[in-house]
Amino acid sequence: MSTSLRNNGAVVLAAGAAALLLAGLALAFYWVPNAPVEGFRQRIFYVHVPVALTAYACFGWAAWKGLRLLSTRDRRYDLESYTAVHMGVIFGALTLVTGSIWARTSWGVWWSWSERQLVLFLILFLFYSAYFMLRYSTDPGPRRANMSAVYALFGVVLIPVSFLAIRLAEGLIHPVVFDRNVDENLAASQLVTFGVCLAGTLALAGALYVNELTGKRLDERLRELREALA
Amino acid sequence: MTYLGDVAALARKDLLLELRSRDTVPAMVLFVVAALVVFNFSLPAGSGTLAAYGLLWVAIVFTALLGLMRAFLAEREQRILDGLVLTPADRSAIWAAKGLAVLAFLLLAELVALPAFALFFEPVGAELVAGVLLADLGLAAVGTLLAAMAAASRARELLLPLLFLPLVIPVVVGGVGASVAADPARYLGFLGLYDLVFAILSWASFEYVVTE
Repeated sequence: MSTSLRNNGAVVLAAGAAALLLAGLALAFYWVPNAPVEGFRQRIFYVHVPVALTAYACFGWAAWKGLRLLSTRDRRYDLESYTAVHMGVIFGALTLVTGSIWARTSWGVWWSWSERQLVLFLILFLFYSAYFMLRYSTDPGPRRANMSAVYALFGVVLIPVSFLAIRLAEGLIHPVVFDRNVDENLAASQLVTFGVCLAGTLALAGALYVNELTGKRLDERLRELREALA
Repeated sequence: MTYLGDVAALARKDLLLELRSRDTVPAMVLFVVAALVVFNFSLPAGSGTLAAYGLLWVAIVFTALLGLMRAFLAEREQRILDGLVLTPADRSAIWAAKGLAVLAFLLLAELVALPAFALFFEPVGAELVAGVLLADLGLAAVGTLLAAMAAASRARELLLPLLFLPLVIPVVVGGVGASVAADPARYLGFLGLYDLVFAILSWASFEYVVTE
């Protein structure tokens, strides 16, 4: 188990994230033309959507590590899965905040139940917040690792099922009032800017992940040493 | 013994235990009727018929939750789960048997709840009954796995609703759709899909929840 404080991977990732995010913001503000309908405010798209996709990537990564844990019984995957969920919840909360700001600027309301992505993220946020409750209220050990992994796997299955449910509920309970059409005819400049922003956000998540993982490993090592001494 | 034999024996144990102690089912029945009475007073006049159907699904989910909270109580208090895990039976048989028992309790509670709903509020159609039956399968399948998780934690009763409610939001969507929509088939199909996906997932992963 590596507990070295110096982590070159994290440094490279963090520097890359800083460069890419600065470049992405510069492109989003100075290069991309105003959107035809939404105008200037559409630029939050370059923050909101990459953050949302990064959250999905984190949840997917957590489930993959959980699957590895269940198939190999190697305990190091437990911390990796946990850290990925941790990052996913942070980026999920950011998605809710940026989506709420976008809803406010576009429609004048902070929350709209007809916005599928936001509702989905609210459900996922609740679901993965309970993951922490599960971990904190269970004694450390292989059983907690197994349960966390199973829960992370349930999460990635819940994402498409909930998405389908929200689409079904929309037709039933919430009439579709707003139509955003951001994905229509993405121009080349928009596509490039979006790509840079997405790469930057993913690199940021990666840097935070590596950093947090090192911290969590240190914590665990420290606890093991304390227990060995006691 | 065959797999089905194991499941039948374990489920029989749970049903027999309930038959002798009568701990869970009367509480669930009383709870769901009390909830319906509370709903009568929480619906302002003129809120329409659709709201009542929506609240019925709240009552069903919480009644299921009540049953699930007690699902592994005996196993935990008497420390039986370790013994069950040590038996030569497949671990998923424990999940299937417990799920069947939870399903039976839930069905018994709804045997009272649906006529009571028809009496107090709105008529109960065939689509609603089909929706309830399909939803019960999903609630029991997912709930049994989560109840086993919650039973292994220190928070127990506190933890189960937190794990359970976000996961069953799709069931509520499907159930409400089946009761009020003009085309209930889509929603019933969705409920069936949910049952299938999460039953397979729970069946496959239960072993990891009860073993180290």
